[in-house]
Amino acid sequence: MDSNSAEQKDMASKAHADVHADEKAAANGKTAKLRIFRGDSGGGELVDYELPLVEGMVVLDAVLYVQAHQAGDLAVRWNCKAAHCGSCSAEINGKPRLLCKTRIEEFDGGEIQVHPLKAFPVIKDLVSDISWNYQVSKGIKPFTSDEQAPFTMYEEDVERLYEPKKCIECFMCQDVCHVLRTHHKHAEFAGPRFFVRNQWLEMHPMDNQDRLHDLKEDNGLGLCNITKCCTEVCPVDIHITDNSIIPLKERVADEYYDPAKWLMRKIRGNRGSRNGAAARNGSRNGN
Amino acid sequence: MSSIAAAWKRLPWWVEPMAVVFALTAFGIYSLTIVVFYPGVFQEYVSPFYSPEVGRPDWLPWFITAPVLILWIPLGFRATCYYYRKAYYRAFFWDPPACQAKAQQLDRPWARSTESYKGERALFVLNNIHRYFLYATIMVVAFLWYEAFLTVFTPDGFQITVASLLWFLNIVLVSAYTFSCHSFRHLVGGNKDCYSCIRGGNVRRKTYNFVSRLNTRHPQWAWYSLVSLLATDIYLRLMQAGVITDFPIIGG
Ligand code: SF4
Ligand code: SF4
Ligand code: FES
Ligand code: FES
Repeated sequence: MDSNSAEQKDMASKAHADVHADEKAAANGKTAKLRIFRGDSGGGELVDYELPLVEGMVVLDAVLYVQAHQAGDLAVRWNCKAAHCGSCSAEINGKPRLLCKTRIEEFDGGEIQVHPLKAFPVIKDLVSDISWNYQVSKGIKPFTSDEQAPFTMYEEDVERLYEPKKCIECFMCQDVCHVLRTHHKHAEFAGPRFFVRNQWLEMHPMDNQDRLHDLKEDNGLGLCNITKCCTEVCPVDIHITDNSIIPLKERVADEYYDPAKWLMRKIRGNRGSRNGAAARNGSRNGN
Repeated sequence: MSSIAAAWKRLPWWVEPMAVVFALTAFGIYSLTIVVFYPGVFQEYVSPFYSPEVGRPDWLPWFITAPVLILWIPLGFRATCYYYRKAYYRAFFWDPPACQAKAQQLDRPWARSTESYKGERALFVLNNIHRYFLYATIMVVAFLWYEAFLTVFTPDGFQITVASLLWFLNIVLVSAYTFSCHSFRHLVGGNKDCYSCIRGGNVRRKTYNFVSRLNTRHPQWAWYSLVSLLATDIYLRLMQAGVITDFPIIGG
């Protein structure tokens, strides 16, 4: 991922520089047309903008050009311009995308509509209030270990933990998930991003907590119907459904939906221990 | 191949759910019809829908034929499979039909309120028994391997025919589908946090990693094996009807 994003950063900053080289843009004479949502929580409308097209331009460049030259009050959130910080997520033609990673050329001169994330309340223009996500995050039992870091861990025990760690918290998976977006289950459902986080915690060999009960009851894992829209939009290619959600569903099934396992536990009688699942899963210090 | 995938992506979003509805409905009707009405054995070949052959008590109603007594296993396995769940929630329940904004607005158009959504918490909580269908299916898969071998080691000696190649191709694809299952992946290693802490951990980890690699293609295996089941059965019907005679490659 590193060399990849370094390359992206390079491209992005090059394009950024080019945008301001207006004379060069004027030379090729091509323009880009954008329709950007302007408004706030009370509503709004799409407004058309036209600007000089520069080769390699990303949608964020275009939005910033509009902000600099045509609409000084246009609100947009961004930071790194290198697909790293996850700030610039918005919806382009109805799909959540990073503004800084989406090339204008991709649309072959077709219409480009830019909306803010829809699963969260709009503050202004392209900026939505994503603070709900931070509330959810606080509700997840943090990493806890009996041992003091730094830990001695083996590669083979942590190789599964790299993927969930790639998350840049762009919250596009949260935005596209129909459980939040369409069914508004914000009160009962944590969303794919936090299943990714839970999977990292649950599979961590040094963690001693059991989050399966929380996952089932508070985080609404059962509300996810594994339809994979989250996986389709993740900009860092985390296989959210296959590698986070389904493994967690399987663990919850071990604990709550497997009659044979339930019977075994009754016979062995280790149901009561708080770290029961952690111990059975072979956590290093889960006993 | 990638250009086909790219072309597929450019199609309007409703093409995929519609295609899934069509394919699964057609497969369902075909398989139910043949197992109820048509015998599935021809010479040394047994249709994969008829395997394993079991005795059938006489008091059963006419439509419960011997293969029906088995068919619920692979059918239940596929019906509770994580991939097919995705496919039918999208295609049959439109929940959601596709991911983009326009499609999501059509999520369950018949539902009285969008808030009534229960996901896999109400009726579909039953899908959690998928692992039990996996255990049963592994036994069926063992019989399919056995029958594939019977097509080459016949009472008249060793032979390889086009049909036996087809039978082997089918069982390879069915096995790839079965052993790329998410529940299998969980069973072999996904349920462990620390391989170096348990006995046999290294074998568990290697198996897990192998299954994980198979698992990334699970949807593909699901479709390929569906097609190969169909092709194998149709080939058998054609031989039965005398439309084609089997081509021997070696022996036979
Ligand atoms: S797979 Fe689950 S979490 Fe991901 S978008 Fe679909 S319903 Fe939401
Ligand atoms: S999992 Fe992927 S889509 Fe979701 S917040 Fe993290 S990076 Fe974004
Ligand atoms: S600005 Fe940081 S990801 Fe786009
Ligand atoms: S997940 Fe598809 S067969 Fe188990």
